[in-house]
Amino acid sequence: MAMKIDVSGLKKYLLPAGLAFLLLINLFLVLEFFGVEVIDRYVKGILILMQINIILAVSLNLINGVTGMLSLGHAGFMAVGAYVSAILSIFLSKSNLPEVLLFPLVLCAGGLAAAFIGMLIGVPTLRLRGDYLAIATLGFGEIIRVVILNLDITKGARGLPGIPNYTNLWWVELFMVLSVLVIWNIIKSNHGRALVSIRENEIAAEAMGVHTTYYKVSAFVIGAFFAGLAGGLFAHYLGYISPKSFDFMKSIEILLMVVLGGLGSLTGSVIAAIVLTGLPELLRFLQSYRMVIYSLTLVLLMLYRQEGLFGRDEASAELLRKWLTPRKKNHPGGEAGEPTES
Amino acid sequence: MSEFLQQIINGLSLGSIYALIALGYTMVYGIIQLINFAHGDIYMVGAFTGYFAILAGLPFPLVLLLAMVCPAILGMFIERVAYRPLRYSPRITALITAIGISLFLENLGILVLSPDPRPFPQVFTNPPFQLGQVTVSIPQVLTFGVALALMVGLTFFIRYTKTGKAMRALAQDLEAAQLMGVNVDSIISVTFMIGSALAGAAGVMVGILIPRIEPLMGIMPGLKAFVAAVVGGIGSIPGAMLGGMLMGLVETLTTGFISSTWRDAIAFGLLIVILLFKPSGILGKNVREKV
Amino acid sequence: MSLLKVEEISISFGGLRAVSNFSLDLGAQELVGLIGPNGAGKTTIFNMLTGVYHPEAGNIMLNGRSVTGMPPYKINRMGIARTFQNIRLFNDLSVLDNVKIAYQYLGGYSWRDAIFRSKRYRRKEKEITEWAMELLSIFGLAENRNELARNLPYGAQRRLEIARALAAKPKLLLLDEPAAGMNPQETMDLMSLVKKVRAEFDLTILLIEHDMSFVMNLCERIIVLDYGQTIAEGAPDEIKSNPRVIQAYLGGEVS
Repeated sequence: MAMKIDVSGLKKYLLPAGLAFLLLINLFLVLEFFGVEVIDRYVKGILILMQINIILAVSLNLINGVTGMLSLGHAGFMAVGAYVSAILSIFLSKSNLPEVLLFPLVLCAGGLAAAFIGMLIGVPTLRLRGDYLAIATLGFGEIIRVVILNLDITKGARGLPGIPNYTNLWWVELFMVLSVLVIWNIIKSNHGRALVSIRENEIAAEAMGVHTTYYKVSAFVIGAFFAGLAGGLFAHYLGYISPKSFDFMKSIEILLMVVLGGLGSLTGSVIAAIVLTGLPELLRFLQSYRMVIYSLTLVLLMLYRQEGLFGRDEASAELLRKWLTPRKKNHPGGEAGEPTES
Repeated sequence: MSEFLQQIINGLSLGSIYALIALGYTMVYGIIQLINFAHGDIYMVGAFTGYFAILAGLPFPLVLLLAMVCPAILGMFIERVAYRPLRYSPRITALITAIGISLFLENLGILVLSPDPRPFPQVFTNPPFQLGQVTVSIPQVLTFGVALALMVGLTFFIRYTKTGKAMRALAQDLEAAQLMGVNVDSIISVTFMIGSALAGAAGVMVGILIPRIEPLMGIMPGLKAFVAAVVGGIGSIPGAMLGGMLMGLVETLTTGFISSTWRDAIAFGLLIVILLFKPSGILGKNVREKV
Repeated sequence: MSLLKVEEISISFGGLRAVSNFSLDLGAQELVGLIGPNGAGKTTIFNMLTGVYHPEAGNIMLNGRSVTGMPPYKINRMGIARTFQNIRLFNDLSVLDNVKIAYQYLGGYSWRDAIFRSKRYRRKEKEITEWAMELLSIFGLAENRNELARNLPYGAQRRLEIARALAAKPKLLLLDEPAAGMNPQETMDLMSLVKKVRAEFDLTILLIEHDMSFVMNLCERIIVLDYGQTIAEGAPDEIKSNPRVIQAYLGGEVS
């Protein structure tokens, strides 16, 4: 079960591969200026959604995987970011601000609004533990949705149309890379170690001088900020948002990416976000059977790869090899006693 | 005042539905600490079983029985196939599996039954009667009555039968119960059976009460019933009943006196307030981690 | 002046008085044992000293400053570190990371330093790693630095817990049954290790232990607790022959 963390492997293979892929996309985009269209609108759309989902998954991983707080309301933060930035840019589009300035500005505003809501929610609820925290975050996620449904400025259930379509692949790439980089750097610092120590053993962490409440709220606020940012990108990609896009199922979808990728593993989250965004598209030929197959795949994946794709480790060549070789049957039932076979 | 009483009556019948679903959540959680997300969909299966049984012309008691038996078998099957292999895995794994099962049942429902809502055939066409100033319909009385009977039955079962005692033992300490010779696998099966049967009954009753059913009907009531179980104190059977009733009352009172669009926000808000003041629910025990 | 001064602290759980009017005075560099039958309240005293529980009455002073009622992380930063009776390592982290975590406030760089990998971040990280490695080599764990804590043998886990506690640079170290589960050879090694770190880090040590030869050979002073009250205090030899202590351990009347 214990696999060695081999970061050099990641540096060697996965990161260059990912960067090469990004570079290739950008090359295609540059070619478009010369009238050569390699990727069509449909593929571009999927690439955009994949990267938005990467931001969402990585930000939830900070809360859920790294710090170990089960949050079921991430879509709520996404919604706050989406609505705040959308309303701001509709309002500001009449001004003469150039897009290059305006777009990052409204995105940050959306992120900050989400972070603020995250703090409001986090301070009282983070005293709760485990499933109680999960239920409280679920509740807040639903409350945010109902509030949006009932406000005038958000246009309620009809949804908010006419959001400028600022989001393109360049912007998404920029913010995706920034988000992953920032969260990666946080994890690899003493602040990140403090967060991990809370997941590992909260009582010991506190006894070792970790201000657990401060760090729990911090993880929540940072996670909410990036979720809000992703929400803003999402709103300016679709041009129309409604509360339906940010319901409980969306939170679950993000959670799936984090768990499938492996709690605490950023590379895992990135890959899972790509796979889970791409999979439904690939399964489109199944038509009405699509979601049935999708959910069944999910269950089977959980039954046969219990630690997620990557467990807690970052991806590496070493891990890939281990992954491809047959697994030893490993029952963690040591202290719980072996289940009686019937 | 009569308006208030009217909403209380409405709330109690709706609350009975939530309480029946919440019982399944709380029993399963109490024993294996799993939030069984598929439980709301079991309730949907119950509603559709009832729907087809009525269309087949069966008498109501038989309809109710069938709508309890089919979900019960399904619940046991799901536990055997999807949850048992993960019993000693990280809890998040089982949680995600439950979400997967839930998605599977919903989408299978959409595929087989079509996503469109259907009217639930009405068995009881008697006009509602007046009780003082309030109007009470036959389905309301029936829902409340059936729920009450089932809850009383469950309480006796848990308290006095051998299986019931074994269930309580498992909830206290699974390992110790196992060492004392309790067959853990079969008791967990029974727990899923009973929980699913109660959800199935709730499915039929809701069909009679609010005659519109569809494959996604289990999501919101499932979520709220779980919230109700948490408010009552998860793992506690009286807690689930209390929480369910409370949830029903809060909902109808909000609809009646504030606004139906704010209903869910107030229900969830109440949950959070209760958790903040009583972190383990109204009837739950506060467990302190030993250092 | 004494390093730790505990004045008449008491706490009860559900009407049961777990510790009553416990007082203690620890001078710098002292090595004191806290013994007593199971359930006597020893760990509860540790929990009060470290802020896990707050005493209902009494006062705890560290270096003349009251730490009563402070949360555990603050008390740790004031200079009290501990180990746990049931080992509480960060199991899924490497041995090295376990020690590094204890540098919380000594780490001394901001979120911004971390996000931008500033010069300060690199300098501090280097310092932390060096200091952690130094500690690990004192405890004979340097070679295991990349192993997960959960995979260490039991005795090594106990040692790692002490190393982790020391990483916070405490003045007072509380050891809760450090020798539990160790074989005689490991216990002997632990004894010299405790002596060594006390001298090297200028530590005051208070320890709970059931292994009597360990306590008697190591500690200069012993406090005996029974039913939440101090029943004896003194040098090992005095404790050995104290009738009340014998009674508490063996039960029954004093012959």
